[in-house]
Amino acid sequence: MLTISSALRAKIVAHARADHPDEACGVIAGPAGSDRPERFIPMLNAERSPTFYRFDSLEQLRVWREMDERDEEPVVIYHSHTATQAYPSRTDISYASEPEAHYVLVSTREPDQAEFRSFRIVDGQVAEEEVRVAGAE
Amino acid sequence: MAIEVRIPTILRTYTGGAKSVEGKGETLGELFDDLDSRHQGLRERLVGDAGLRRFVNVYLNDEDVRFLGGLQTPVADGDTVTVLPAVAGGGR
Repeated sequence: MLTISSALRAKIVAHARADHPDEACGVIAGPAGSDRPERFIPMLNAERSPTFYRFDSLEQLRVWREMDERDEEPVVIYHSHTATQAYPSRTDISYASEPEAHYVLVSTREPDQAEFRSFRIVDGQVAEEEVRVAGAE
Repeated sequence: MAIEVRIPTILRTYTGGAKSVEGKGETLGELFDDLDSRHQGLRERLVGDAGLRRFVNVYLNDEDVRFLGGLQTPVADGDTVTVLPAVAGGGR
């Protein structure tokens, strides 16, 4: 299960909407071992594509080092799909490399609503999980 | 001669859980060969037929080795090599 504040959920959706029709991507860091997403880190999509995303390699190094220094880990890795459902694609599954992370998918294919779903992807296996949104809307 | 190599979570199965290992070599390629001699299978995750695997980021200190010399990049005592799997995916 992913527990996330409504404020952070809203930030992810806003990022996805802002970058549409390109895919948006980013990380929410949290204290190592806590499973609590706390620090929102939108990332550049170096592919700038409506069908693919990739973290810029030097930005990723900077962010990963920063998390390490702060004793954090990537609790949420999010990205958006702009024309397909909010479900991990084959490429999403093949590149998933953080077994502890919650992979959040947002779909911006509908203009008036955003699908927001979360998954664990471990050893090529996808398992959808419940999203519990905490805090006032 | 020691070069520190920082290992991402998913590759720590090759290092007995270690976040960081040491190795030696004059180039990145030699360094990976050296690591593989003690952590068998690690090189295969980093290097394919065409050189460095496309969705693995390797950094020499603060630089991405794609912009240096790839596997030919010279490495020296005191350098830090960092490996991070690329974070990528998409709608298809």
